[in-house]
Amino acid sequence: MNALRQRADLGGVAASSRLRVVIAKPGLDGHDRGAKVIARALRDAGHEVIYTGLHQTPEQIVATVIAEDAPVLGLSVLSGAHLTIVERVRELLAREDASDVRILVGGIIPDADVRLLEAMGVDAVFTPGADISGIVETVDRFRAELADAQGAAC
Amino acid sequence: MGSPAQSESGLPIQPVYDGTSVAGFDADAKLGSPGRFPYTRGVYPTMYTGRPWTMRQYAGFGTAKESNERYHELVGAGTGGLSVAFDLPTQMGYDSDEAIARGEVGKVGVAVDSLDDMRTLFQGLPLDKVSTSMTINAPAASLLLLYQLVAAEQGVPGDRLTGTIQNDVLKEYIARGTYIFPPQQSLRLISDIFAYCHRELPRWNTISISGYHMAEAGATPAQEIAFTLANAKEYVRTAIAAGLDVDDFAPRLSFFFVARTTLLEEIAKFRAARRIWARVMRDEFGARNPKSQMLRFHTQTAGVQLTAQQPEVNLVRVALQGLGAVLGGTQSLHTNSYDEAIALPTQKAARLALRTQQVIAYETDVTATVDPFAGSYVMESMTDDLEGAVLELMRAVEDRGGAVAAIEQGFQKSEIEKSAYRTALEIDHQERTVVGVNKYVLDEEEPYEPLRVDPQIELDQRERLAALREERDGDAVLRALDALRAAARGTDNVLPPMREALRLRATAGEVAHALRDVWGTYVPHDTF
Repeated sequence: MNALRQRADLGGVAASSRLRVVIAKPGLDGHDRGAKVIARALRDAGHEVIYTGLHQTPEQIVATVIAEDAPVLGLSVLSGAHLTIVERVRELLAREDASDVRILVGGIIPDADVRLLEAMGVDAVFTPGADISGIVETVDRFRAELADAQGAAC
Repeated sequence: MGSPAQSESGLPIQPVYDGTSVAGFDADAKLGSPGRFPYTRGVYPTMYTGRPWTMRQYAGFGTAKESNERYHELVGAGTGGLSVAFDLPTQMGYDSDEAIARGEVGKVGVAVDSLDDMRTLFQGLPLDKVSTSMTINAPAASLLLLYQLVAAEQGVPGDRLTGTIQNDVLKEYIARGTYIFPPQQSLRLISDIFAYCHRELPRWNTISISGYHMAEAGATPAQEIAFTLANAKEYVRTAIAAGLDVDDFAPRLSFFFVARTTLLEEIAKFRAARRIWARVMRDEFGARNPKSQMLRFHTQTAGVQLTAQQPEVNLVRVALQGLGAVLGGTQSLHTNSYDEAIALPTQKAARLALRTQQVIAYETDVTATVDPFAGSYVMESMTDDLEGAVLELMRAVEDRGGAVAAIEQGFQKSEIEKSAYRTALEIDHQERTVVGVNKYVLDEEEPYEPLRVDPQIELDQRERLAALREERDGDAVLRALDALRAAARGTDNVLPPMREALRLRATAGEVAHALRDVWGTYVPHDTF
């Protein structure tokens, strides 16, 4: 307790404000259509989106999350490497005392792995066909929760 | 009267076409005969009336050994065309034991680190009899040379080898993302490959210039064709500037496009693309050999149209997509498996995908006559409309200084991303129907058990590498890699020293790193 709250303070999260979201492409997969569509949709919904670009290591992604002070991280993986990557990202976030960063995962993820990812602490998983408004709503919900948490802390 | 429907390229589709739609249509100039300039009706006079297209299913299996077993089955069953999918570390020029490869080894294809792996991959397969398509781009030279080295060990000379390397790096910057070096260095490597193959592997298709991945990233049909042909022109210019004669390499250029469910526009797209390319090659580059003017292409059905919801419906989509490719005159076809929006395909799903092509080939009558839509009011109108839209976009690329300059300005990528976003919003707003996703949905999806890749593969591959590094003559490898760096710094063709390094069992990753040392890597200006 509570890296997220500190970051939320720095980020000045209020119910009406925008949230800073890092959208990342971990690993070697270069298919970024989904990542870019989500980045645009979140931006159009009023959030501040930082896109990491392709071929990011978990170390680089976590460094970006910390440097940008972002309470939400979206990972896009289509190569089948999602379990390895998420495990490593969680590990590194914990090392930075940032385990409360909300994590979204999008990509080609089998049902059984969705449950595994959720058990690892991923907040939401989106597979092909997921509607954009649902993803935006999820981030909006995070914003509301963060604002509540901040309100409680004040 | 309602307003006309819109094609995927944003062009109007009239409710009714008639004779006035094609008034003044000059069939000789626009169509010619099949197998004759401008090849609108197909590159061969007989097309599928002689034999169907090549059914070429792209597949990769975790290890070289498993893949080899699968290839033996395929060759035993009469397949003449193999298609190799490599895993992402191989595609990015990293060895299986590098940190960045963690979790990716053997996942989307086979891991090939060295001559040892390539030898295992093709053990016992007659390389003078099969043709092999390799989906490999930035490190294409290394993988091709490894293939040649294995063939040489079998006693098969280079002039007997047939196959294709994708080798289309420009589209990697635009869509697929598996680039290594900056564009100019990549183009130099590609023209080294053209020159080397002209001498050593004269029957090899040296490049497969691809719109498929742009389409998957969101490109409309017009964007797909325009940006692909613009890239093709850049390759042709580069090779000519390197001193090659256009008719020495252009017959070995081939193309790769998508097939969507929008049948009419797709057929028109393939016809328009052939016509445009024939004219570009003849009129802009002075190609005289008819083979240089022919746009020969492979097609894959649109993966992005497949849904994770009610996945069996994808079988129907794939059948329609494949039909469009055939009616459009493709030379070879890969039909996707219905479970690919969920995971890597199972064997059963992959077999069904092949069966879909076989039904089109043997249970329909579309192969009985060439270019069956020729002369149709709607088809000729849509072909003309698309040709116009494509030429306009190709001019927009030229106005920016050609494909590479436009890539460096982010032009193609940003145009494609806008199209992708538009499509996503249309689906979200119910303006575009996706059966099973935003209409006709099930309350609860049936469970589906997908294919799993064994994580042991990564460990095995690391052990193999450790053994290789132990056994080989390390000093000789270092000297060979130095010679490769020297060639890369100068203007000598880099392939001969690369071949020597690989023969001495340098790894594909080490070769890529040696070139990175000299050429650097590409870092895009990523915006959205």
